[in-house]
Amino acid sequence: MTFAEQLITILLCVAATMLTRFLPFALFSRRGNTPAFIRYLGNALPAAIFAMLVVYCLKDVDLTAGWRGLPEAIGIAATVALHILSRRNMLVSIGGGTLAYMVLVQNFLV
Amino acid sequence: MTEVAAGDSIRALKAAFPYTLPVFAGYWFLGMAYGVFANASGFAAWYPIVMAMCIYGGSLEFLVISMLAAPFAPLQTFLVALMVQARHLFYGIPLLSRYEGLGWKKPLLIFWLSDETFAVNLSAKVPQGVDRGWFYLWVSGLDWFYWVSGSGTGALFGTLIEFNTTGLEFVMTAMFVVIFLEQWLSERTHWTALVGFVASVGCLMAFGREYFLVPTLCVMLVALTALKKPLEPRLGGGKGEA
Repeated sequence: MTFAEQLITILLCVAATMLTRFLPFALFSRRGNTPAFIRYLGNALPAAIFAMLVVYCLKDVDLTAGWRGLPEAIGIAATVALHILSRRNMLVSIGGGTLAYMVLVQNFLV
Repeated sequence: MTEVAAGDSIRALKAAFPYTLPVFAGYWFLGMAYGVFANASGFAAWYPIVMAMCIYGGSLEFLVISMLAAPFAPLQTFLVALMVQARHLFYGIPLLSRYEGLGWKKPLLIFWLSDETFAVNLSAKVPQGVDRGWFYLWVSGLDWFYWVSGSGTGALFGTLIEFNTTGLEFVMTAMFVVIFLEQWLSERTHWTALVGFVASVGCLMAFGREYFLVPTLCVMLVALTALKKPLEPRLGGGKGEA
């Protein structure tokens, strides 16, 4: 690839990305003009997308080999337990859960 | 006027900063990996830095490195980029009302949209007396800065890192688990969460780990459309939104 072709490739990726980010706002953003169905989706999507993002983070876990997802299961259990115990302090739960996972995969469930 | 604005901005920074710490850890880890990867693939440091600033989307940026090493294919490049980033189309919809009426901050907020920023800005409870616009802007801008600085550090100094970071990537999983948990504890019906979970796992098994996000979002769209009648009365606006 020449330098100009590299530049075009990168610019096309920027353009495609910006298109996906700005399109919903461009289409539905005028106040009071959002279709009822889109407002429903706005309320229904977050929980579904949060679930998807958790699954996405775990997509590379192999349940058929190695530790079969045990470190991830323990890490998630620690995160949830710490979140409840710390009365929803997300720095305690995220920090503690990550630390637990790192100690596990570096020392015990290598 | 400017004094009031400065006060608003600093109060919002103090409120927003703790929310961005997990993203800092995750983005520095992934960003550095990206910088090192770009460097090892033979690209000067400014490539990953410029891409981190302008594209600001990890999975696509990794792909671009391999695209740049392949023959020039503009149409394919554009279509692949659209597919990889299509999830942003869905992220905008719940954020429509959040980002409404924020003036000059709005285009920046949209430009700085990412998986993590979407999840934090949508789930964070902006404290009383803190300006929402500034809060969202700090979360978005800090997250972007973490990604750019992490990528740059990886590209420039990646080979010098010596401490053991194995497993640090779990910080992103833990953050999404906590955001999901908060959502679960606050919602009146769990059906949409279950739809998301079943659709994701199903599509992951059907389409494989590389290509399951777009099918998942399509399945979610169809399922939520079909369930609109029973679900809508139980969803409410959530967190005082109209």
